[in-house]
Amino acid sequence: MSHKYPSFLSRDRTWQPEPYTPGYKTSVARSPRQALVSLQRASDSERSGPVFDGLEIGQYDNDLLMNFRAEWEQAGLPIGERIIMHGQVIDQFGKPVPNTLVEMWQANAGGKYRHKKDGYLAPLDPNFGGVGRCITDAEGRYRFRTVRPGPYPWPNGVNTWRPAHIHVSVMGPSISTRLITQMYFEGDPLIPLCPIVQVLKDPEAVETMIARLDMTRSKPMDYLAYRFDIVVRGALQTYFEE
Amino acid sequence: MYSQYKLQDDSGLLRETASQTSGPFVHIGLALEIAGFESRPDEIWQDLAKEGAEGEHIELVGHVYDGNGEAVHDALIEIWQADSHGNYISNFDNKEPFSGFGRSACALDGDFHFHTVKPGQVDFYGKPMAPHVNIAIFARGINLHLQTRAYFDDEQEANEQCPILNSVPSAERRKTLIAKKEQGDGKPRYRFDIYLQGDEETVFFDF
Repeated sequence: MSHKYPSFLSRDRTWQPEPYTPGYKTSVARSPRQALVSLQRASDSERSGPVFDGLEIGQYDNDLLMNFRAEWEQAGLPIGERIIMHGQVIDQFGKPVPNTLVEMWQANAGGKYRHKKDGYLAPLDPNFGGVGRCITDAEGRYRFRTVRPGPYPWPNGVNTWRPAHIHVSVMGPSISTRLITQMYFEGDPLIPLCPIVQVLKDPEAVETMIARLDMTRSKPMDYLAYRFDIVVRGALQTYFEE
Repeated sequence: MYSQYKLQDDSGLLRETASQTSGPFVHIGLALEIAGFESRPDEIWQDLAKEGAEGEHIELVGHVYDGNGEAVHDALIEIWQADSHGNYISNFDNKEPFSGFGRSACALDGDFHFHTVKPGQVDFYGKPMAPHVNIAIFARGINLHLQTRAYFDDEQEANEQCPILNSVPSAERRKTLIAKKEQGDGKPRYRFDIYLQGDEETVFFDF
């Protein structure tokens, strides 16, 4: 029996967050209570996945300083600390994941999202949208230029604040490697206070979400850089089995 | 190179990056028009099958309900399916009549809404799996996306033979994986409501 697709290391669900995490209140009514049904062997349905060669990525899709300017002719730029967010998508064996879709979205420097439903009193920035996407290169590397998002309050406990974060979505080679996470910034004192961060039980799991200041990639008189590597499930290179 | 990763203690493998909820504003990143953005020239969205795609054109719709019976309006749904011949077409391309991957959101009337074709049967170690659509559910309050499958209620014979459907221990719970045909606008419409919790909790898979 041959397979066109690799299989993947199983997802460690003691490492990943549990569905029911009452400290994060919304999870209470949105968490399944039955055990997951574990597929003993994954089929081609789970092993395969989309490749986005055919998706037309625009010139500024990974440049949030440029991709939402109110007045192009006046070269308006967003308010906030200019940063580069970059890293490598690799699998659990350390193998680069080339040619995969990385998407991100975030609040502006004041902690306000450009979304119909965000009612926070901080203002929108006329020159900032907050969405980016790109495809990793041959070494699995990706890069976005943006501003550092602001923290913001949200209704969960008496006075809960989200640490500054950027939402990150990665496809990987299969729907089995699909992952959405949030990238936090090294040294942010709000990280350990956040109920959404606290859904992770293992402090090392939290570390996987914290980008490191990377002075080697920052540009003097222009921007700071943060490095955020993303690890997806490891592909077992047994395309032909049995 | 300096990175946030440490080796796993026991096996030397790296740990998968931890998952976090997609949050209430997921649309900014993955469903731009729902957030109120102008779409970019090329987006991943809910029309998998365009005119000229081979196979039976169908709609796949559904609500997502929480444990209180409330519709989850900030859910984002991704689907991945075979074409009408039972082949997975990896290359996503909106210029082609059919792509196997799509996204939709429950933000408007509570339904996600896909235009696609009914997938063909896919082989599983020599046995056919009944036609099905693979579904991932993301939402505020969901820490790690949920994975399920939608089968079709007019494929009863194939469903009874499907090795994956039969691997669900409770015959009663298998019913939560069957989309129901309903009156559509010109083409067959299948409803697949997803229950995150409660008596009718949908079967979710680990793979």
